[in-house]
Parts: sequence; C-alpha cells; structure tokens
Amino acid sequence: MRRIWFLVQKEFIQIARNKAMLPSIFLMPVIQLLVLAHAATFEIRNLNIYLIDHDGSQAAHRLAGKLEASPNFQIVGTYPSTERANDELKHDKVDVILEIPEGFERNLIRLGKTALHLKVNAINGVKAGVTMNYMNAIILDFNQGLRIELGAVAGALSPGQIDITYSNWFNPSLNYKTFMVPGILVMLVTMIGLLLTGMNIVREKEIGTIEQINVTPLRKIEFVIGKIIPFWLIGLFELAVGLGAGVLAFDIPIVGNPVLVFLFAMVFLFVVMGIGIFISTTTDTQQQALFLAWFCMAMFTLMSGLFTPIESMPDWAQRITDFNPVSYFVRVNRTVLLKGAGWAEVKDEFAILGMYAIAINALAVWNYRKKV
Amino acid sequence: MIIFLMFVKKEFYHIFRDQRTLIILFGMPVLQVILFGFAITNEIKDASIVVLDQSNDASTRQITQKLVSSGYFHLDRNLQSSQELEGAFSTGKIKMAVVYGPGFADAFRRGGGAKVQLIADASDPNTANVLTSYATAIIRGWQAERLGITQLPLTIKTDYQMTYNPELKGVFLFVPGVMAMILMMVSAMMTSIAVTKEKEIGTMEVLLVSPLSPSIIIIGKVVPYLALGVINAAVIVAMGVFVFGIPIYGSAVLLMAEALLFVVTTLSLGILISTIAESQQTAMLFSLTGLMMPTILLSGHIFPVENMPWVLQWLSNIIPAKWFIIIVKNIMLKGSGFQDIWKETLVLLGMAAGFIGVSIYRFKIRLE
Repeated sequence: MRRIWFLVQKEFIQIARNKAMLPSIFLMPVIQLLVLAHAATFEIRNLNIYLIDHDGSQAAHRLAGKLEASPNFQIVGTYPSTERANDELKHDKVDVILEIPEGFERNLIRLGKTALHLKVNAINGVKAGVTMNYMNAIILDFNQGLRIELGAVAGALSPGQIDITYSNWFNPSLNYKTFMVPGILVMLVTMIGLLLTGMNIVREKEIGTIEQINVTPLRKIEFVIGKIIPFWLIGLFELAVGLGAGVLAFDIPIVGNPVLVFLFAMVFLFVVMGIGIFISTTTDTQQQALFLAWFCMAMFTLMSGLFTPIESMPDWAQRITDFNPVSYFVRVNRTVLLKGAGWAEVKDEFAILGMYAIAINALAVWNYRKKV
Repeated sequence: MIIFLMFVKKEFYHIFRDQRTLIILFGMPVLQVILFGFAITNEIKDASIVVLDQSNDASTRQITQKLVSSGYFHLDRNLQSSQELEGAFSTGKIKMAVVYGPGFADAFRRGGGAKVQLIADASDPNTANVLTSYATAIIRGWQAERLGITQLPLTIKTDYQMTYNPELKGVFLFVPGVMAMILMMVSAMMTSIAVTKEKEIGTMEVLLVSPLSPSIIIIGKVVPYLALGVINAAVIVAMGVFVFGIPIYGSAVLLMAEALLFVVTTLSLGILISTIAESQQTAMLFSLTGLMMPTILLSGHIFPVENMPWVLQWLSNIIPAKWFIIIVKNIMLKGSGFQDIWKETLVLLGMAAGFIGVSIYRFKIRLE
C-alpha cells in the first residue's frame, strides 16, 4: 500500500512539473465542451431553399410565406430558371429546390389535386432525411389549412376524424445540445483517460526509466494500480468540471442523481484506463501507443450511440456495441441526467462494466513484464 | 540522386519496421469505411414503443397492429395506467408511447373527438421528430382506409428527388471525409512525428552534418509518406466504389491529382509542425488537438457546418480538409470538372505554398 502511494506521488509530481499538462487538464475540457457542443450536432436549421414559382398564384405566395416563416428554412433564390437553380444546388449554395408548377392553384381547385416538385441535395443523407421531414410537415400543414378553409373537410370533433396530439418529453424545446452534452462529457473523459494512460508507461519505456521501476520491489499489480490512480482522479475531476460547465453554459437539466453518474464514472474510468495501460504495455513507442489509442477512441465513439442511435445499427453491429464500454456510459449518463433514472435502471450496466474492469485490468497486469 | 534514393530507402525501413503502426494506418480507413457503410446510420427501424390503450377496442388494436407491421416500430409492451408512462422511458430503450383516449372507436364512428397522443422521448430530437411523423402518417393512412377514401380532397402531392445520393446512404458523405482524415493523419501527423523523432533522439544532427542539403533531407523524409498517403486514398476510393457502389461521375485522374495536392498540403503542414515542436509528445498533442479534432468537427463530413456559430464557420475556412472534401464530393458525386473546382484547388495550393514558405523560414540548420 505504501509502495503504491509512492508511485502515485511520483506521478503527481511529474504531472505538476509538466507545463503543458496542467492547462490541458484544467482548461481543455471546458474549451472542448464548449466547442464540441456547438460543433458536434446534427441539429438542422437554416436550410436554404431555392423557390421556383411558375404559378404566381395566391396559394403559391401563401406557401412561400409559410416556408419563410419557418425557423428551419430561408428562401435564398427565386429567379424562375431551373438551370440556375440546379447550378446553385451543384455549388452547395442551396439545399433544396422547390418548384411550384404552372397551374398549381388552378389544378387544386378544379381537379382536387395538384403537385409540387422538390429536389434535395442528398449527399448528406441524414440532413436530406430531416429536410424532407420538415418540408413534409410544412406542406401537409398548409394543405390541411387549405382544406378546412375551403370547407373540404370537417373539424376534429366530427365523425371520422382523429385528433393526434404530440408531446416531447424530457426535452420539450427539442434542444439538441441537451442531448449531446451528456454524451460529449463521456467522450472527453474517455479521451483523457485513454490517451494519458496509453502514453504513460510506454514513455517510461522509451526514455528508459521503466528499468528503474523494474528493479524496485514494486509488484506488477501495484504498479498498474499506482499508474491508474492519478489519472483516475484527474478523470473524475474533469467530469465534475465538464458537468459544471454544461449546467452553467448550456442549462442541461439534471433530473437524476449526479452521485450515480459519478459512481458509474468511477467504474467506467477503471475500464478505460485498463485499456490504456494494456495499450501502453503492448507497444514499444509513444507513436504506436498514440495510434492505437486514437484508433480505439475513434471506434468506441462511433459505435457508442453518441451520434447515431444504436437501434439503427444492424444486429451484428449492435452485438459489437455490447463490448464497447463507452456505449454503456453514454446511455447511463443520458438516462440519469435527462430522464432521472435511478439505481434500479442502471444496475445491469454497473454489473457489466464492473466485470469488464476486472477482466481488462487483470489482462493489463498479466501483460506487463518486469523484464526487457 | 543516388544519395537521395538511399535516404528515401532508409525512411521506408523506418516505416516498415514498425508493423503495428502500418496495420493501423491501413486497417483504420478500411474499418471506418465499413462501419460507416453498414452500421452508422440514422435510419430508423424497429424503434421500441409502448402502448397505453384506454379504449382497447377493435379500432385501436388495428392501429397498433398497423404501426408494428410497418417495420418502423416494435411493440415492447402494453401499459395499464398512465402512471407507468414516466417509468417506461427511464431505461432509454423506449422511444415513443402511443396513448389512445377512452372510447376511441365510438368517437371515431359518431364524432366527438377520437384522440391519440404520441409521446416521444425527445432527449434525441431528430429521432423524436422522425418517429412522430412516421406514426402520424400510419394513423392517417388507417383513417383514410376506414373512411374508404383513397385520396383526401384537395391534396397536394409532393414528389421528392434526392439528387446525388438517391438512397440517402451515409457512406457517400463519409468516403470523402475518411479520405481527408486519414491523409491528414498519415501525412501531417506521421511526418511531424518522424522529423521530431530524429531531433529528439539526436540523429538529426548526424543528418545535418552529412553532405545532404537540408531541403533534400526534408524531401527525402516526406516522400515515403507521400506514397503511403496516395495508396491510402486509392484504397478508400476503391472500397467506396466496389463495396458501396459510390459512383465517380467526374474524372478519376483529376480526383487522384487533387488527392496528391492535398497530400502535399498536409505534408507541408506536418513539416511546419516539426519546425515548431521540439519533442514527439508536443508534435502529437499539436497534431491531435490542432489538426485531427478540427478536421473531424469542422470539415463538414460528419456534422453540418452551416448550423454552427459563426466563429466556428469562419474557423472552418482555414482547415485544408474542408476544401478537399468539397473537391472530392464535387468530382465523385456531381461530376464536376476542373472549371467547377479551381477555386478550391487554388486555396489548397495557396495553403501548401504558405506552409512551405514558413517552414523554410523557420528551419534551423544548427541545433542549439
């Protein structure tokens, strides 16, 4: 126990001595959170529409007015030339071309049906899908308004009508940052944990000081624990700073008990740092360690459900996410912070990560050789 | 020339000796493209829902049946009372609750307000939006069917044309992005580390006193990474084309030429970093936080830049990857020729020239 304490002391002295380290521990998480929360978002607003109005009727004008009034769209071009519109689409000046054909209003009234043409730049498939949804909602709404106005359909209380109402729970204003910040916190904690531990032992190998540790009576398990503890504390500290910044800067509601989040983070950090130590013991140079750590980081993040829902993945990919510690923490962080989940809802995750932590750290201890 | 070739050979030895790094360098892009092609999608299917049916009549059961058979929804369970609603969402598995008001079938037949409430877990706003709009469409469909009308009066029918990516595949956007990211990593990060490594372990001094001129040393150091970068770019494009069926509408030669230009730009950036950083660790941290993160976040290949605050939008302009991604997208998906992308090409050229200029100015022949 005393020996571990000495190693921890040594690590802290080294960290404190490194001028680049302190600001990157205290300042970086806040900056990263602020930047990431604004940058890492699929929130889709300010879509540019090119409106080609061949009809010029009153209905067409009203539809244009409805689009203009929507917070998601703005009309940036109206010159009635399909060629010019296509050109702007090609050069990413506009996202959508809405073409109102000639006779739009006339056909609606005389034939009872009419058409609109919509052309979406779909290179970003996600964005195109959301754009289509927004557009659909506006057009359907406009359509329904016209029907009621022209007396074509009856009100909601008459026979044959269904009144559909909507509620958006946990995030009524549909604020994307509320969704992303708890996830981004996980990413920050993972990054610092994985990179710092991943680079740590291999650095001692590279500069040769590992030899000095190898000749001490320090046991392998003590060595690994002593290496983890300082970064474990730093990781928890980062989480506290990040959570504070998230609440202050982005008004993240904390519905559940934050203590639960910290308890979970304690287990989670053991897993991540075990992986980091394992990387550090298998590699020979800092460069290798960095690449491996970066690779793990990228895979963990992509497969964590942080950016895209896990439920959308094919089955084999969902099985892979079962082995991803980050996906557990993302889920726990979101359900506890945003929805107020308690111990009963997250105890399975605790159990799984607990076993994970023991397994990976045992592997790291086993893999560390006190020989050269 | 022979000396130069020998120098290049030495660099290749350095690279090939470190097989782990090589595996990651070539494995990472392949894995990422596969994941993004198959796994990472926002498309929604089988979302778990709960139903609170206060009527429990033929109509509501039919609607629930229709929701489930659509493939978008999966019925997790039926709730008995509205008190259970709150708890249902807390595990995070349930995405939406459908609540039918009492006496639904009667109200539908005689009038008086047949009520359905859709409660979405909006902690993920996009999913919530999509789910409620799917459910609405299905309920309206049932309604139209029951009323025996195939079409409501005064209907505006909208036809959608998804240009450039009709099936809304994620890989279309991601292949250019992965290319930019990997080239950035191979070229900028690896070279900066390789050069600082020579400084750190002291072999730079040996090289500087050799008859090779400093510019030859630097060119010799970057040539192998240039080769690696171009091979990587070709592998990624080939995977996109052959595995995921991404078209190359423009000229493949132009595409590779632009890739080469981007590699040169990032290589010069790597050299610039190595003239500033003294140790490998500084070079790595610099490359990671200064290059990789901005490339991933601000180049627009994962997250749309248009919705970011103006500071970030403005910052995105100084990121070489942004311009390269525009070029690749235009050539591959839109079939643009050089006349459409000369501006972006010029920006990259300017950046490369700038980085090289500053590096030459900062390069020190003597070591303190």
